[in-house]
Amino acid sequence: MGGSGREPLRLLNLVEPITRPLLLIPVAVVEFILTPIQKRVGIDKMGYFFVLPNLLIFGIFVLFPMLLNFYYAMTGGTKLFPQDRPFVGLDNFATLFDCEDFLSPNSCQEDLFWRGISNTIQFVVFQVSGIVLFSLVTALVLNRKIVARGFFRSVFFYPVLLSPVVVALIWKWVLQHEGLLNAIVEIFGGESKRWLLDTNWAMFWVVFVSVWALMGFYTLILLAGLQSIPPELYEASSIDGANHWQDFRFVTMPLLMPTMFVVLVLSLIRAVQMFDHIFVLTGGGPGTRTQLMVQYIYTTGFSNQIQLFGLSAAASMVLGISLLILTLLQLRLGNQSSLA
Amino acid sequence: MMSADRISISQFLSLRSGGKRVNTADALTYLYLTFGTVLMFGPVLWLVASSFKTQAGLVKYPPPLLPYQQVQVEVEGFDEALPLFTVAMEDGSSRELAQIRRVGIEARMIDPADPAEGEIKVNIRQREPVEEVKLAWENYLDPLVELENFDFVTYLKNSVLVTTMATAITLVINSMAAFALSKYQFKGRDAIFVLFISTLMIPITVILVPVFLVITTIGWKNNLWGVIIPGAATPTGIFLLRQYMLTIPDELLDAARIDGASEWHIYWRIILPLARPALAVLAIFSVMWRWNDFLWPLIVLSRNDLFTLQVGLNAFQGELQIQWHYVLAMTVVTLLPITLVFAFLQRFITTGIATTGMK
Repeated sequence: MGGSGREPLRLLNLVEPITRPLLLIPVAVVEFILTPIQKRVGIDKMGYFFVLPNLLIFGIFVLFPMLLNFYYAMTGGTKLFPQDRPFVGLDNFATLFDCEDFLSPNSCQEDLFWRGISNTIQFVVFQVSGIVLFSLVTALVLNRKIVARGFFRSVFFYPVLLSPVVVALIWKWVLQHEGLLNAIVEIFGGESKRWLLDTNWAMFWVVFVSVWALMGFYTLILLAGLQSIPPELYEASSIDGANHWQDFRFVTMPLLMPTMFVVLVLSLIRAVQMFDHIFVLTGGGPGTRTQLMVQYIYTTGFSNQIQLFGLSAAASMVLGISLLILTLLQLRLGNQSSLA
Repeated sequence: MMSADRISISQFLSLRSGGKRVNTADALTYLYLTFGTVLMFGPVLWLVASSFKTQAGLVKYPPPLLPYQQVQVEVEGFDEALPLFTVAMEDGSSRELAQIRRVGIEARMIDPADPAEGEIKVNIRQREPVEEVKLAWENYLDPLVELENFDFVTYLKNSVLVTTMATAITLVINSMAAFALSKYQFKGRDAIFVLFISTLMIPITVILVPVFLVITTIGWKNNLWGVIIPGAATPTGIFLLRQYMLTIPDELLDAARIDGASEWHIYWRIILPLARPALAVLAIFSVMWRWNDFLWPLIVLSRNDLFTLQVGLNAFQGELQIQWHYVLAMTVVTLLPITLVFAFLQRFITTGIATTGMK
């Protein structure tokens, strides 16, 4: 929170005159109910009361669904309520993994699932490398002695705040056939294209747009990492006669490694779950070229005419397990890198 | 540093504020920053500029940078304003004439300065529309009144309701839980904390189907509560608030107890006011999460009158004939609140994220 906590407090001061009178009665009622209870159970047990609302919502909407998901993954049919669903054991997983050759989605029964996985892997590789590369370069640039650093920092950060739908619409408008990009391309003698309908280009733009939208967040994290490197180290290295490249290679990089690692893992975990931007930008198209795993889960369970909740749950467990592996990998490697 | 009187002009010109010379690295830095600024802001500015073009203006290609509209003039004897054209006359001169109507390749024109002259027949290829920069505010105003399939005001109301209710609930229940987990000794406390935190990395995408079942069972399908409640118990918020409340000294609480304050009173009157900086951070994040939320509302809400802005905007842009002039204007309105909040809290958000590392 640093020392700059004053602005949001000012905002809070604006809201409080409205909320305070509204809350007076409920707060008094809660106190009226609680006072006798407190007399009976004692002070320390009041902790249960305070944790209860959060625990209830957590239990009903997170914990219980997590457990129920295993059951769903092992039932079939198109009915939503568990009592109407026949138990099918591991059939859903068998369906998902029914493949002659795992490397060619066409040979799989659920070809869309495997195409989703293959697209997700491509997307993740390009998007994460794009994010790491560009946020590193941007952070290094912003860490130099430049005029209007605050302004430039917010320039790169601004898209992070925009909603995925808005981001997708902004770029859909730029990339459309009679759009700005084609006009610019034609000025330079290029050929105009339907960028989002072109099989070769659609994946590029999906990666590009998501890097555009998210890199500012990781830039900030890297910038904080860079600023925590003690300046004495650079002074020492300049006394040793190091040039800029050696500074970067032997001072900046090793000390920035833990932060780079955080950026890598966070962006990886988010890339695997990518949905919103792409869904609005291309809808997964052209064909299924940009359809990723989460979209498969969504379409199978919710937007198709026949809603296969079991298959959707099974697919979401595959996604969950991939995320779990990534998280464990992070803990494992994170511990190593902090020991090193 | 060298003394001022010994600097030559060329050296002076290459001086920077730091006293070093402008070198390639600096040139590259500013080149990168300029390019970056254009790339980051350009598309957004283009959206804003385009949102002020008329439907006819939007299909022009190559697209003009500014929103142009054809000039309309009032002519005596005509009820409606007529479009103005520059007409190349037979004798080589050119006149500004208003068009009454078009018949085939022939246009019936009239001179607005001299309506008494009567109709002038002109080949449509001889005329060019007279244009001026004019903002098409109707793109913004029409959706406010009523637009088929796109009830912007309702979506906005739903979004505001979801965002404020969800943020208020999150703040209350998260702060209560964080208070319990940081200031009380009760059995199972640490287990509960670990349970909350262990779900930090589990997104709702992994449990869509069963959460949907829970929502449907309660009767919250097609109900804004179904959007508001499931995400309210955020592990991020609990973690943030608990860490902050740990720094509040226990002696304060004990002193209040001696004075006869109830535990609820302590929570409401002492803990909450002291935890305000952390609450403000969580409030800002919660507003951002909820305002931008898409996948879950998309699943829960299928009735048009319950859509949030994001879902409504997506449905509207997915129609067969995209009405870009409205889509663009409403996209601008959707990004406006976040942009204003950012302008106001810019420094705080950037440093806040950099230090807490969450989004």
